[in-house]
Amino acid sequence: MNGIHDMGGMQDMGPIKYEKNEPVFHVEWEARVFAMFLAAGAWHKWNLDAFRHTREVLPPDDYLRVSYYEQWLSGLRDLLVRRGLVTAAEIESGVPSPGLAKATPPLTPDKIPATLPTRIHANRDVQVSPRFQVRQRVRARNINPVSHTRLPRYARGKFGTIHRDYGVFVFPDTNAHFLGENPQHVYSVRFAARELWGAQAAERDCVYVDMWDDYLEVA
Amino acid sequence: MTTTRRDFLTAAAAIAGTAMTPELSHAHQHEHEHQAVPSDPALRVKALESLLVEKGLVDPAALDALVDTYENKIGPRNGAGVVARAWVDPTYKARLLADANDAIADLGYVSRQGDRMVVVENTPAVHNLIVCTLCSCYPWPVLGLPPVWYKSAPYRSRAVIDPRGVLREFGLEVGENVEVRVWDSTAELRYLVLPERPVGSERMNEQELAALVTRDAMVGVAKVVVPSSGGQG
Repeated sequence: MNGIHDMGGMQDMGPIKYEKNEPVFHVEWEARVFAMFLAAGAWHKWNLDAFRHTREVLPPDDYLRVSYYEQWLSGLRDLLVRRGLVTAAEIESGVPSPGLAKATPPLTPDKIPATLPTRIHANRDVQVSPRFQVRQRVRARNINPVSHTRLPRYARGKFGTIHRDYGVFVFPDTNAHFLGENPQHVYSVRFAARELWGAQAAERDCVYVDMWDDYLEVA
Repeated sequence: MTTTRRDFLTAAAAIAGTAMTPELSHAHQHEHEHQAVPSDPALRVKALESLLVEKGLVDPAALDALVDTYENKIGPRNGAGVVARAWVDPTYKARLLADANDAIADLGYVSRQGDRMVVVENTPAVHNLIVCTLCSCYPWPVLGLPPVWYKSAPYRSRAVIDPRGVLREFGLEVGENVEVRVWDSTAELRYLVLPERPVGSERMNEQELAALVTRDAMVGVAKVVVPSSGGQG
């Protein structure tokens, strides 16, 4: 989706606001949203791609206006309802619907050190042939899906070189919509800065973008 | 023929077999018109937490433990330990650059099967900069949670098109003869910059070196320096 989240290459967003000795969370509710998202994620009712997409479909003015953890709160509420863990009525009322047995939380404090390191776990140990080889010249496809994609607009249609093959990973474009993992190779693709931005870019500079097989075509 | 988002979502729900409630599909059709994020997040978060606890979906003690972990245990000190080890141990450094996940797992910050880490090395000829233009991907296990500026529109938008301008904003001037490499974290690889070991640190041990390494240097928006106040220049 060509949304506001896909902002690589935009200009005039203002100066970078650096905060010295920044706390991990600025207010307590941010910490609670963060923790609720991880703890509820232990039900395995959604994946990280689906979560990213909930933030991408926020109205653009909200996306830019609200704080980062407000985006998380919105995404968490959306997934909880959409994936059947709570109902919209329960969100509205704040109390559980009567008659349902209380569940047992899958994530308990003792499991936390063991759970976190495998947080992302998007690589897959399956045999899939790579479509491209290291050092091969490739072109990023020019696609404009209305759904989730991790192919940024600034790279579409541009020529680059396969720098490294990272192995097989789930494909976000389908995974985000619960349409299957569609595992395929992910490559680091090197684009010359001038290929992306023209003569204004420094001659030696480059941008490396991680790309799935389905984002690439033979150059 | 163009597919609208509404068409797509309807088709996706049908294929995925999701039990989309009528209320929800309705909400989705109009999601762009809705005020998605009303005010008073603190109250809404409190209400949501009590709902999830009452339903037995989350354990409040697990929430406390998660917050404590990310406020106090996982942070840039982890990454600094990795960098300092690489500076004093050339064999470790070679392994770190070849297979970062495996080398970082030695220090206990990632599992060998979990997050996929990639370490990129700064040299006199190459300066690396990490960004996630599409969201906020960041190497949690070695740096903790990202600062607000890293997740903000100004940094995400300009890091790829004007990295030298961004670095200048952080007070770092990179020479014309240096190649700037920007790493856009679009997949589930997490990048960490191995900064150059600073001049004046030759006699320092691993622990002293780790104390010099900053979060900003490991994202690539700063260099590591030896403080000059000790009379060591």
